[in-house]
Amino acid sequence: MTIKDKAAIVGVGATKYWKRGQSFPETELSMACTAILSALEDAGLSITDLDGFSIYSSSCDPAEVASVLGVPEVRWATTTTSGGGGCAGALGVAAAAINAGMATCVVSLMTLQQLNKRLGGSEVGGMLAYATASEGSSPYGGSGIPPTAAFTANSGMLSPGHSFSVLAQRHMYLYGTKREHFAEVCMSQRENARKRPDTAVQTDELTLDDYFNARMISDPLCLFDYTQETDGAVAVITVSADRAKDLKQPPVYIMSSAHGGTGRWGPAIFKYFQAPEEEFASSGHRPVAKRLYEMAGITPQDVDVALLYDHFSPLVIMQLEDYGFCPIGEGGNFVAEGNIRYGTGSIPVNTHGGNLSEAYIIGMTHVREAVEQMRGTAVNQVKDAEVALVTGGPASLPVSGTLLHR
Amino acid sequence: MTNKEMTTNPEGTQGVFPSIMKETAANDLTRPFWEAARDNRFVCARCTNCGTFRLPPAPFCYECQHRDIEWVELPGTGTVYSFTIVRHPLAKMLQPSVPYASGIIEIDGTQGAGARMICNIVDVDVDQLKIGDKVEIVWEHVNDEMSVPRFRPVDA
Repeated sequence: MTIKDKAAIVGVGATKYWKRGQSFPETELSMACTAILSALEDAGLSITDLDGFSIYSSSCDPAEVASVLGVPEVRWATTTTSGGGGCAGALGVAAAAINAGMATCVVSLMTLQQLNKRLGGSEVGGMLAYATASEGSSPYGGSGIPPTAAFTANSGMLSPGHSFSVLAQRHMYLYGTKREHFAEVCMSQRENARKRPDTAVQTDELTLDDYFNARMISDPLCLFDYTQETDGAVAVITVSADRAKDLKQPPVYIMSSAHGGTGRWGPAIFKYFQAPEEEFASSGHRPVAKRLYEMAGITPQDVDVALLYDHFSPLVIMQLEDYGFCPIGEGGNFVAEGNIRYGTGSIPVNTHGGNLSEAYIIGMTHVREAVEQMRGTAVNQVKDAEVALVTGGPASLPVSGTLLHR
Repeated sequence: MTNKEMTTNPEGTQGVFPSIMKETAANDLTRPFWEAARDNRFVCARCTNCGTFRLPPAPFCYECQHRDIEWVELPGTGTVYSFTIVRHPLAKMLQPSVPYASGIIEIDGTQGAGARMICNIVDVDVDQLKIGDKVEIVWEHVNDEMSVPRFRPVDA
């Protein structure tokens, strides 16, 4: 027994997307509540229907949200561990809770305001805190600096961008991947974003010259290879497949969902980079992809549109490989041949513009776009699209993926 | 043994990431590494049951789940497994340091994965650094407690 087709996404809601810090005087709490109410309304439901939270990266405090919004009874409240990698997986947890009878109407969401904080730190105190943080630190207070921190804190690798630069460098070394390939990911997604000025934060044209004239941040990554930093909130509502039939929107069924990864990937990219040789220059998604296709009973050829977590452009290339759209090591040439372009490519990728050009709400913009593609209402609608892949991560485990169909 | 040591300019030096952590926060599991470091010696924890190296030392072997380790002295040489050249300073204090190289070093004498070092690579032309380059450890003695390992290219 699996969760295949047992639940469906029936509502999507979001705030507008702002450049970093510009959502003030909204707060992460107010934006979360706005997105939830909007998603419920989209579904034709109300706050009295909501009884579950299936989130990731502890994106909000369900206690606070439920109290502020007056949720009558919370019956389910979970978060996947670690960070943004759990994004797509939170949908599977929602489906599992509903299928098990533990909850009936579950919200998954992210709310993000980078006003007083920035991922990766931007001053020395922040760098040291980042370098010495324990994973999953306890609200009761940690036991101080973990003894292993001293092995990495003075390495100079202090941000997610530095970590992913190292993976990208190894991918280039092993497979001949080039910066032109990263550029194609950035330009393809920018073209998609330019067609949706209502949501996209970056809408200027991006040429190959622009790309190669951009400043290098951490070789081999330049400014455009890094995600933007933005504010906003996105929420989606999941209910049982039976109940979904009677609601306002066409149901978008959860075909399969998986989160996790190889144990030795662990916190690899943010700590000690101890992933095994065969998985190092990858997105870490291969085990998740295998389970995802098995549960859904489909192959990569059946996927019509892919919403791939793109905090850094090379990770799109690695996910194309790990999700089987091309052989391992051939992702660079695959994108160079135009395969991810909307309208002409064999597998349109990040039709919304992605983190790189639309907005970075830690993966939830990808979920929103996947749902709109399956409803047939996307701005860059893939014609006759029936199956969408949406992914979260890589980051520390878990990374995740979900397949949706209309 | 001065060739195994380096000193840094408190004002910052291009190519050298300043030691922002000045204490080892050691416990019984990690202390032998830092004690050896004070003497410019590189030691690595090895599982007494199956011989798998663990760095940083972890309380269990990921291959056989055994707890006990022994500390093995190694030459402190290795190979650049991957790296990045950091050109954008994350903080103002890093302005004199950029560009600097940071990388993952596979340590000679270990099995590789499971015992990689994450380090600043110094004394290198950042535009010439390559995966596969041979490197050796060099220590900065920050204070009586903390000696920071870095790597530099092995002269051909």
